[in-house]
Amino acid sequence: MSATIRLQLTLNGVATSLDVRPGRRAIDVLRDDLGLTAAKESCGSGECGACSILVNGEVRLSCLMLAAQLDGKDVVTAEGLGTAAAPHPVQAAFAAHGAVQCGYCTPGMTVAAVDLLARQPDPDREQVRRALSGNLCRCTGYGKIVDAVLAAAKTMAEEKS
Amino acid sequence: MIGAVYCPTSLEALWPLLADGAHVLAGGTDLLVAKRGPASCAVALLEGIGELAGISEGDGLIRLGAMASHATLARHPLVRQHLAVLALALETLGSPPIRAMGTLGGNIATASPAGDTLPALLALNARLELASAKGRRVVPLADFLLGPGRTALAAGEIIAAVVVAPPAPAALQHFEKIGRRDALAIAVASLAAVIATDAAGTVTEARLAVGSLAPTARRLPAAEAALTGQRLNRESLTRAAAAIREAVSPMTDVRASAAYRRQAAGNLLLRLTPQP
Repeated sequence: MSATIRLQLTLNGVATSLDVRPGRRAIDVLRDDLGLTAAKESCGSGECGACSILVNGEVRLSCLMLAAQLDGKDVVTAEGLGTAAAPHPVQAAFAAHGAVQCGYCTPGMTVAAVDLLARQPDPDREQVRRALSGNLCRCTGYGKIVDAVLAAAKTMAEEKS
Repeated sequence: MIGAVYCPTSLEALWPLLADGAHVLAGGTDLLVAKRGPASCAVALLEGIGELAGISEGDGLIRLGAMASHATLARHPLVRQHLAVLALALETLGSPPIRAMGTLGGNIATASPAGDTLPALLALNARLELASAKGRRVVPLADFLLGPGRTALAAGEIIAAVVVAPPAPAALQHFEKIGRRDALAIAVASLAAVIATDAAGTVTEARLAVGSLAPTARRLPAAEAALTGQRLNRESLTRAAAAIREAVSPMTDVRASAAYRRQAAGNLLLRLTPQP
């Protein structure tokens, strides 16, 4: 088996260094080595978005990335968005609007929503739907998820002003 | 599974890795799905080779670096202003994360009959700049696509860039894809059109290409001829649509029947019918 490499990255705001085999998938390193289990593997082929993370601020599928591709990057998982005690406005809005049922898609959904709101702070319903179109949810029917993202946009705008 | 991973920062550093059998990894959205099995393979990442990602304009041509992501291309002013047919195709490709990760060169090299950028690039008469340790060569995209997943890429060669002459500003540029759903859909049928007309509204040049309707994305010379010299109206488009249905060789699969695809292929052109 090939040698390990030393990765140096910023992970959820913390400078992190770890030794990994470079060909392992990013999601396996996050979940198995680092215990960050918010990103989920569901389809493993880029069709569901459950493994979404932010890399240098843009949404990426961690099941289609190699560990080596994390080197030198700023990586944020859903754990890094907020905590139960101090949730991100998107996470708070998901809870408040009933946008979570089984919860499997939720980390990916919130990551995709944060990516959208960074680029487009005042999206309309259609823009939210398009931005989340790479994330599958089999429970909610999406309506409450879109409501939550629109509500989070409002909260974030109010917090800014 | 992936074994060794190489991160070259120049083409000179890439060539020996390819000579040793490393696979090229562009955006990874196809390769890492294909390589999930137990066999170990070495990959060389192209993302560190800066010259492959640029988008530029010069000598009347637009050069799209093979490593430009679909998202980068879709929002680039040169693409939006001059290559609307490609921008439309890119907006239907995959999903936001797939568009952020996947690359133009990757979509071409995968050579899926359903690759969304391929009909658009064929309708733009795109040429590919291929690079290897031996130098560069330029190949029309139409000659590059040989079959499902089969291309004219030689061993040790990569796609460096796509070169396109922008259509006349007044030319009509259109792309439409039929899928089973709106997002994340593999094309059941798609059509790209670049149609130039003179001041009187007569078609001077029609370039039409389809996806998912033959073993490769392909141009439709008979349908193009049926439009050339005509005005774009219900009659001329109906004749050209019949020529499309005659020219395509669709297959039946889990997404649609051959008969449906053949009918839809022509219908996609009728979308261009001017509204009274």
